[in-house]
Amino acid sequence: MMRPDSVPWIVRHLWLIPVLPMVAAGLSALLKKAQRKMSAGLAIGSMGIAFVLALMAFAQTLAQPVVRVNNFPWMQFGNQWIVLGWLLDPLAAVMLVMVTFVGLLIFIYSLGYMAHDDNRGRFFCFLSLFAGAMLGVVIANSLLLLFMCWEVVGLTSYLLIGFWFHRPAAAAAAKKAYITTRVGDLGLLIGMVWLYSQTGTLLFFNQGTGCLEQGAIAAMGAHLAMGGRAVSTAIGLLIFCGAVGKSGQVPLHVWLPDAMEGPTPVSALIHAATMVAAGVYLVARVYPLMTASALEVVAWVGAITAIFAACIAVAQNDIKRILAYSTVSQLGYMMLGLGVGGVAVGMFHLITHAFFKALLFLGAGSVIHGCTEEQDIRNMGGLRRFMPVTFAAYTAGMLALCGFPLFAGFWSKDAILHAAHGWGVSRGPFYLGAAGALLTTFYMTRQMYYVFFGPQRVTDATVSAAAVAKHAIPAEAIEPVVSPRQGEVCIITDPHESPGVMTGPLVILAVFAVLLGFVGWPAWPWFQSFLAGKTAMFDWSGFSEPGLLPVMMTSTLIVFAGLLLGWWFYGRKPIVRATDPDALERLQPGIFHALANRLYVDEFYGVTVIALTRFLAGFASWLDRWVFGGLVRLVAWLAIGVGWLDLGVDKFVVNGGFDEGCREVARGGRLLSHLQNGRVQNYLRVLAAALVVLTVFLLWGHRG
Amino acid sequence: MTPLAGCLLVSALLFSIGLAGALTRRNAILVLAGIELMLNAGNLNFIAFWRFGPHPEFLTGMMFVIFSIAVAAAEAAVGLALILAIYRHAHTSDVSEITEMKG
Amino acid sequence: MGMTVSFLILAIMTLAGGVAAMTLRRLVHCALALAVAFAGLAALYLNLGAEFAGLAQLLVYVGAIAILIVFAILLTPTRAAGEEAGLQKAFSPAGLGGALLALAVFAVLAWAVVTSSVARQPGAEAAPSASMQEIGLALMQRYVLPLEVIALMLTAAMIGAVILAMKEKRTGAGSGQSPELRA
Repeated sequence: MMRPDSVPWIVRHLWLIPVLPMVAAGLSALLKKAQRKMSAGLAIGSMGIAFVLALMAFAQTLAQPVVRVNNFPWMQFGNQWIVLGWLLDPLAAVMLVMVTFVGLLIFIYSLGYMAHDDNRGRFFCFLSLFAGAMLGVVIANSLLLLFMCWEVVGLTSYLLIGFWFHRPAAAAAAKKAYITTRVGDLGLLIGMVWLYSQTGTLLFFNQGTGCLEQGAIAAMGAHLAMGGRAVSTAIGLLIFCGAVGKSGQVPLHVWLPDAMEGPTPVSALIHAATMVAAGVYLVARVYPLMTASALEVVAWVGAITAIFAACIAVAQNDIKRILAYSTVSQLGYMMLGLGVGGVAVGMFHLITHAFFKALLFLGAGSVIHGCTEEQDIRNMGGLRRFMPVTFAAYTAGMLALCGFPLFAGFWSKDAILHAAHGWGVSRGPFYLGAAGALLTTFYMTRQMYYVFFGPQRVTDATVSAAAVAKHAIPAEAIEPVVSPRQGEVCIITDPHESPGVMTGPLVILAVFAVLLGFVGWPAWPWFQSFLAGKTAMFDWSGFSEPGLLPVMMTSTLIVFAGLLLGWWFYGRKPIVRATDPDALERLQPGIFHALANRLYVDEFYGVTVIALTRFLAGFASWLDRWVFGGLVRLVAWLAIGVGWLDLGVDKFVVNGGFDEGCREVARGGRLLSHLQNGRVQNYLRVLAAALVVLTVFLLWGHRG
Repeated sequence: MTPLAGCLLVSALLFSIGLAGALTRRNAILVLAGIELMLNAGNLNFIAFWRFGPHPEFLTGMMFVIFSIAVAAAEAAVGLALILAIYRHAHTSDVSEITEMKG
Repeated sequence: MGMTVSFLILAIMTLAGGVAAMTLRRLVHCALALAVAFAGLAALYLNLGAEFAGLAQLLVYVGAIAILIVFAILLTPTRAAGEEAGLQKAFSPAGLGGALLALAVFAVLAWAVVTSSVARQPGAEAAPSASMQEIGLALMQRYVLPLEVIALMLTAAMIGAVILAMKEKRTGAGSGQSPELRA
C-alpha cells in the first residue's frame, strides 16, 4: 500500500464532500424564518464546493484508477476497535460526480419551485442533510458507516416526503416510506452482523483484511450454512434486502408511488436519481460478496419488478405517479443488470437513468408549476404550445427513458438486455425486460399525448370559442364538467412556462440525457473499463460482440412498436373531455381497473401484514396496560399499603405508646405528689414508719 | 433485767410517748414539746450507757448530753420564734392548717 | 434486782409527766406536765450519778425551755371556739395512725433492747466519778472544739430567734410594700 505522505490531498480530504452539505444543513437549522434565503445559499454553496471536490476526486481516479482508503479507529468496546473509513475508487468517483452534479442542478431548480413556500428554509436544510448523507453512503469504506449514512438518508427521505406534513396524505406517505424501507434495513442489519461475525471486520478494503478482499471471501465461501448454500449467499441476500427496501423492488415497492406526495424536487432528487440508486450502489459495492446464487435472485427480483411496475404505470393518471412507477421499473432493470451482467452494466444504467429521470421529474414539476399545481393528466392537454422549453426537454427525457436509438437510455438499457440475453441461467429475465421496454415506451407515449398534445382538456373554465373552433369540437361535447378529482373544480386558467431558474437545469439535464450514453457505447466502452480500472480504446469492433447487434435491433423495434401503439391509442383521436374513459379502459376495463388500483398490493398488505401488526400492537398494548401495568399498579398499591401500615404503627404504636408512657409517668407523679401535702405531721409519720421498717430490717439481719 | 436495760426501756418508752405526741397533736407548740421529749429520751440513753458501759472515765456520754442540752435549748428558742412568726402570719398555730408547702 | 426502787419511782414520774404532756387538752397543763417530766429526768440523771447533767437539765430544760413553751403558749392563743373543743380538735386527723406508729416504734426498740446482748451485761456497780474538775478539764481539752462551736451556735440561735420573733411594722397602706422591721 502507499505510504501515508504519498496519499493525494483529495483522498485525505475526501470526507469534506459529505461533511460540507451536512454542516450547511446544521447551520440552516439554526437560522430564523427571516433568513430563509441564506439557507438556500448555504445549500447550493456547499453542494457546489462538493461538486468541485468530486470533480477533483474524479480526476484523481482518472489518473490512478485504484482503490484508495483512509481508515480511522472510531470506538472501542472490550478490546476490539470499530474502524471506519472512506474510500475512493472509480465506482465511488463516478457516483460522487453524479450525485453532486444532479443534486446541484436540483438545488438550483428548487429555488424557483419553492419560491412561494414559507418553509423553504427547512426544505433546504433537509435537502442538504440528505445530500451529505447520500455522499457519505457513497464514500463509506465500512459497512457500518454506510449503514449509518443509509439510515440518515432514510430519515431525510421521511422528512422530505412529509414536508407538507399538515396534509394527512403526505404524513401517511412519509410514514409508509420509512416503515417499508425499515423492513429492508432489518435484513441489511442482520446481514451486516453476520458478516462481522464471519469475517471479523466491516471494512470493505483494509490492506488485504477487508471483507471484500480475497481472504475474507475465500474463507466465507468455504463455510456451509444451512441448506448447503455458502454463507456468502446468505449474507449477500440479506444485504440485498436492504437494497430491496431502499430501491423499491417488489415486494417493498409500495412506498415509492406514495412518496410523490413530497415536493417535486424531492421526487427528482431522492426518488429518481439518488436515494433509490443507493440500493443499487450497495449491491454494486458488495458485489464481490455476492455468489452466483445470490445474483440469480437479484436478477429475477429485478426482472419481476421491471415488468410489474411497468404494467401498473400504464393505468395511472397522476403525472408523478406514472414517473414513480417508471422509476420502480427502471430500478428493476438496474438490479437485473447487476444480476446478469455485473457492476458496470447496472451502474451504467444507474448513471444514465439518474439524469433522464431527474429531467423527467423536473419537467413534470415545471408542468405542475405552470398549471397551478394541477397534477392529473386528464386535466391537462396541449401544453406544448404554452411550455415549449419544458416540452422539448421532456421529450428528450422521454426518448432517453424509452431507449430510443442513440439517446442515453438506449445504450444503457441495451447493455442490460444484451447481458440478459446472454445469461446462462435463463432467458426469462430477457423476455420480461423486453416486455417491460415495450410497456415503458407505451405508457410514456400515453403520458406525452395526455399532457402535451391534443386540445386543452375541456373543463369548466377553459371552454372558449377559439378552442372550439380550432379543434372542431362537436357542439354536444361542450358541457360544463367537474374534474374527475372528487369535489374539486380544477381551473387551469393560464398555463405558462416556468421561470429560467427552473428551465435552466432542465436544459442542462436534457443535454446529458442525449449525450451521456456515449461514454459507454460499445464503440468506446470507457465507462465499463473505467470501473474495472482499465483504459478503453475507441473501437468500432465493439459492435461486433456476439449477440449485440440482434439485441440492438430488437430493442429498436420494440421502441418503435411502443411508439406506434401509443399513437394508435392516444394520438389518433384527441382526448376532449377530462372525464372521457381511457382508450385502454374502453378496450379492457377489467384489467385497466386492476392496474389503476396498483394491482391491489397495498390492500393485500393491509389485510395481511398490517392487520397482523395491528393485532400484535393491540396485544402488546393490552399486555402492557393490564399485565405489566397491573403488576406496577399492584406494587404501587403494596407500597401505599405499607405506607398506611407505617402510618398506623407510627401513630398508634410508637406515638401512642410513647404518649401513653408519658401520661402514665405524669399520673404516677400526680399520685406521688399527694404524699407531699404540706402537712408536717404526715412527713413525720412517714419518717417514723421508715424508722420502724429499717430498724426491723437491721435487727432481723442481726438476730441470728 | 439489768439496770441498763431498764434505763433503755424507759428511754424507749419516753421516746415513743414523745413521738406519739409529735405525730398526733395539732398545736405546733406541742409538737415541739414532743420533740423535746424525744431529745430527752436520747439524753437518758446516753447517760445510761455512760453509767453502765465500758470506759466511763472518758466522760463521753456526759459531754454529749451537755452539748445536747445546749443544742436543744437553741433549737427550742428558734422553733418557738418560728411558731410565733407563723402565728403572726397565719393567725393560727394549727399544724394541719399550714399546708402551703405542698407538692 | 438491778433496778432500785428510786429508779422505778422516778421513771414512773417521768413517764406520767410525759404522757400528761402529750394528752392533756389545755396547753398550759401540757406545758406544766412537761416541766414535771423534765424534772423527773433530771432526778434520773442524778440517780445515775450524772450530777452535772441533771443540774444542767434542771437549769436549762425546766428553767428555760419549759418557761419558753409557756410563753409561746400564752403568745399564741388559738382563735378556735374555745380551748374546750372536742378531743378531735386537739388531735389531728389520722392521729390514730400516728399513735400506732409510735407504738410500733416502741415495740421495735424494746425488742431490740430486750434481745440485745448489751442488756444482759451486769455493768459496773460503782458510780463513775464525774467531778466538775474532770468535766471542766474535758471541756477545755478534749471537747474544746465542740464547745466553741456550741458557743457560736448559741449566738446564732439567739440572734435568729430574736429576728424571727420581731414584730413587723407595716408602713403606708396595703401589704404590697415590704414591711419594716421594728424592734
